[in-house]
Amino acid sequence: MDRYANTCPLSQKQLLDEYFMEHRAQVLALAAFLDRFERSAERNAEDDFRMNAFRDALALLLESGPERARRVQLAMSDRNLDLMDERDGQSAYGAPIRAASTGSVLTGETEQ
Amino acid sequence: MNYIDLHAHMISRTTDDYHRMALTGCVAVTEPAFWSGRDRLGPLAFADYFDHLTTFEPERARQYGIAHYTWLCLNPKEGEDRELARQVLALIPGFLDRPNVLGIGEIGLNRVTRNELATFLDHVELALEHRQLIHIHTPHLEDKYKGTKVIVETLANDPRIDPARVMIDHAEEHTAPLILEHGFWTGFTLYPRTKASPARALDMIEMYGPERLCVASACDWGASDPVAIPEFVLEARRRGHSEELITRMVYGNPAAFLGQSPKFRLPVPAPINAPVTPAPLSTD
Repeated sequence: MDRYANTCPLSQKQLLDEYFMEHRAQVLALAAFLDRFERSAERNAEDDFRMNAFRDALALLLESGPERARRVQLAMSDRNLDLMDERDGQSAYGAPIRAASTGSVLTGETEQ
Repeated sequence: MNYIDLHAHMISRTTDDYHRMALTGCVAVTEPAFWSGRDRLGPLAFADYFDHLTTFEPERARQYGIAHYTWLCLNPKEGEDRELARQVLALIPGFLDRPNVLGIGEIGLNRVTRNELATFLDHVELALEHRQLIHIHTPHLEDKYKGTKVIVETLANDPRIDPARVMIDHAEEHTAPLILEHGFWTGFTLYPRTKASPARALDMIEMYGPERLCVASACDWGASDPVAIPEFVLEARRRGHSEELITRMVYGNPAAFLGQSPKFRLPVPAPINAPVTPAPLSTD
């Protein structure tokens, strides 16, 4: 049972009429990014932790059931709840680095 | 529509942004102390920052009819340095009586380390000792879930904490229910790429209801939008939400939380040219 059923005031038809075009563009942006990743001049990050989280998130989009956004957020989250002994850097990466082996050069988000 | 931006780092924005915010209905901002993009060189840099937040910035806002309030702390990005934290915490009480200081913030966690948690707890003690409101930053991206969980569980286990006096900000789909079910206020941050969009913030309001929820821009030196709240208003109208609900989200709710500080006054139209100490309008 979806506890959030009927909370959006618009009908499905209204949602499509109003929002289909912008989300169509977003799907194409994702598809083109995946194409670009495969066409890359150097295939050196096939198993990068960020790409693995990204693929997990994409798979969730096609699963049935409510709260896809929450499930995608969790797929992109570090669920190791132990405190770190010391800071490993200032910035987050968007996907859990602790859950995967790495070796790539990383550039994290730098916003505050 | 009049609105309050509960989280705006105006020190990083131009005077043109105050102008645009005023044109779009902004009547008040609150500015938490934050990371400048690089670690500051020492405690004196924080003293200078706090002085700026409590003198120059409110005067710059006033010239556009915007009330400016602030929160003081050592931000979570620099919380790893315990010695610096001790030095900055010792400075803060000297600023708490200034007329636009509402409380302690934005404190919280960044990479969720032991030292960050210790610095966070020191700030909580300071807030309790001085009966200040608390404004909390939850971590970015992959760190948000665990960091929010640590913050909520730590505060919920402290009987001295009144959750109604605490704003746990930057909530998203995987953290908002946890924050709300413990009685805290929470905020959705309209910040492109790394936080929530107006559409997703509205989704969460539809799902969780409007109680103890606010929206804010968190505009700063990064890619961000000082008129993000008007964008939220537009999206809410596009979905057919009532003006009553929209007003509550962008004005009534932040006013209710902030109004717990005796220093916060509900914004009323005031003559912009009222006589005050002049401040320069240009930066050169």
